[in-house]
Amino acid sequence: MTLLSTVFYVLAGVLVGSSAMVISVRNPVKAALFLVLSFFSAACIWMTLEAEFLAITLVLVYVGAVMVLFLFVVMMLDIDIVRMREGFTRYLPLGALVAGIMMVEIALVVMSGRFELDNLARPAGHSADYSNTRELGLLLYTDYVLAFEVAGLILLVAIVAAIALTLRRRPETRYQKPSKQVKVRKSDRLRVVDVPSGPSQDNVK
Amino acid sequence: MSLATVDIMVVLPEIVISVMACLVLVLDLYLPARFRMQTGFVLTLAILLAATLIILFSSVSDSVVGLNGMVVKDRISDLLKCGICLISAGVFLYSRRYAIERGFWRGEYLVLGLFGVVGMMIMTSANHLLTVYVGVELLALCLYAMVGMQRDSVSASEAAMKLFVLGALASGVLLYGMSLLYGLTGTLMISDISVAVTRFGPPDLPLLLALILVVVGLLFKIGAVPFHMWVPDVYDGAPTSTTLFIAAAPKLAACGMILRLLAEGLEGLFQTWQEMLIAASLFSIVLGNVVAIAQKNIKRMLAYSAISHMGFFLLGILSGTALGYSAALVYILIYGVITLGVFGVILGLSRKGAEANQIEDYKGLNHTHPWLAFLMLLLMFSLAGVPPTIGFYAKLSVLQSVIKADLAWVAVVAVIFAVIGAFYYLRVVKIMYFESPADSGEIQLNCGNSQRLVLSLNALAVVVAMPWIGILVDICNQAVASL
Repeated sequence: MTLLSTVFYVLAGVLVGSSAMVISVRNPVKAALFLVLSFFSAACIWMTLEAEFLAITLVLVYVGAVMVLFLFVVMMLDIDIVRMREGFTRYLPLGALVAGIMMVEIALVVMSGRFELDNLARPAGHSADYSNTRELGLLLYTDYVLAFEVAGLILLVAIVAAIALTLRRRPETRYQKPSKQVKVRKSDRLRVVDVPSGPSQDNVK
Repeated sequence: MSLATVDIMVVLPEIVISVMACLVLVLDLYLPARFRMQTGFVLTLAILLAATLIILFSSVSDSVVGLNGMVVKDRISDLLKCGICLISAGVFLYSRRYAIERGFWRGEYLVLGLFGVVGMMIMTSANHLLTVYVGVELLALCLYAMVGMQRDSVSASEAAMKLFVLGALASGVLLYGMSLLYGLTGTLMISDISVAVTRFGPPDLPLLLALILVVVGLLFKIGAVPFHMWVPDVYDGAPTSTTLFIAAAPKLAACGMILRLLAEGLEGLFQTWQEMLIAASLFSIVLGNVVAIAQKNIKRMLAYSAISHMGFFLLGILSGTALGYSAALVYILIYGVITLGVFGVILGLSRKGAEANQIEDYKGLNHTHPWLAFLMLLLMFSLAGVPPTIGFYAKLSVLQSVIKADLAWVAVVAVIFAVIGAFYYLRVVKIMYFESPADSGEIQLNCGNSQRLVLSLNALAVVVAMPWIGILVDICNQAVASL
């Protein structure tokens, strides 16, 4: 076993183990942290495949941004674990059956010989000054420009949909308007009342 | 690679609609409230009509592949894109009053609709699995949001959630199938996949699994049995205007996608997918027609009717001949027009606080609104496939193609259940004509003049267009010849 394959098996083991933990631990915060670990090991595996840019992007975007956001949400939401697990045993037999069939199918497909290493030539390695990022950029903006642009449209639709579905104008909420506060003048708020002062002091007493 | 004019021309309608949709979005933000509704609406209709004109004038007889093989522009894509644009324009015209009264006629609704149209157009002209997938996702995302747009309605939120969860699952299944195809053939280009699959010879297990997953994804998107569970709930729960949007144009896009993926890409596995489609098609026809009889809600009834119609559409595809594909195209185009009309009538009779979604609501419609009842009669006859209507021709042509493909027993089963299905369409007609109105004033006509005019033209077309149906058939035959 070469060094590279040893590294691969260690990383793959960590990836599978942490993925299993994501769906089996009780505490959602721990589940999210295990997901971070599995992303990280996946990124390391990509690193061994010479896909450095993608590996770093995975860590930066998923671990750095998405998962941190997700952790915040998980911590702020009050998740009722007991209610979430309701019906788990009821649906378990059917779920296990479907999952089992899928597992067998995947195993048969993988072992069918179509995906043997002999069928797929090992891609040529690249020298140290080969720029992964540049090649990816070239591909994205030439061959796959349409898919890239449509993916942009999908993100735009996601923003529009998210705002359209969640933005509510509530007439009853009160909030400060700084511009109005700054522009306010004395005459708007202060009323000088001329209180007559006379000899009658009865009501004071 | 440099971007040539031909590359731009291939996706020009999509570019125009996307750019203009962004314009609608921005205008909606800055225009004063009194212009906002009208401007967005007129612009949307103008954009869709302009896109149709662009497609018509840039139409060429041979297929053009553009953007490094990502998209193809041929007669099929031109025909389906024209259909999608025109039907969507009709959808917006019919939905306007309904959506305004329910308070979700905002700029975003139009923008989401326009981007949905772009997604559909990309699906019909895809020549690459990646293009197929981004098109499907763009459309699906717009649909989820449009279903959930009426936020104060619990049933709409439930429908949106169901569509979202099941739609995401189906997209995953489709994507899984595509990834296996990529692993086996080493390419994502549909024309190259076709070559590679034919070279494989008889399908082995991995190829079979890839095919099954792709077919499952496609059947889910058109709502054929056994992947139909979402259809009645979504049709019923969504606001009627969105139901119309889902029911009409996306079926055309799905037809294009099925032709590209099955008839073109996986042509070499025809024997295998034919068996799957026979089962799905017959189950759809049987279940759709039988369960529709029990429905009291007209939107649910139309949902089951849609399931059975998708079964008939699949009959054309599973024939596997040019005649069959052409018949399927004719079927789906005619079905789109009829569906547009039926939901147009339902929208025209709905008003604030009174959804005309129970079949009971149509009691004695002939006494109160004879013209609308007559239009509904034509549309119902057309859905049932009664002879003088184009719906009859559509059914006839798919059945012909099935018989020519030596599957007469399939045609016999389909005809038997089409006759059974005629019952529930005719029941609507009976309720409209032979029963007296239950409660006068319950149902009122609620549509503007332009809407009424287009609705009349739309419904009359199902009979009047019959002598000229040959032109549509010729166009479809030529389109399929380019496949």
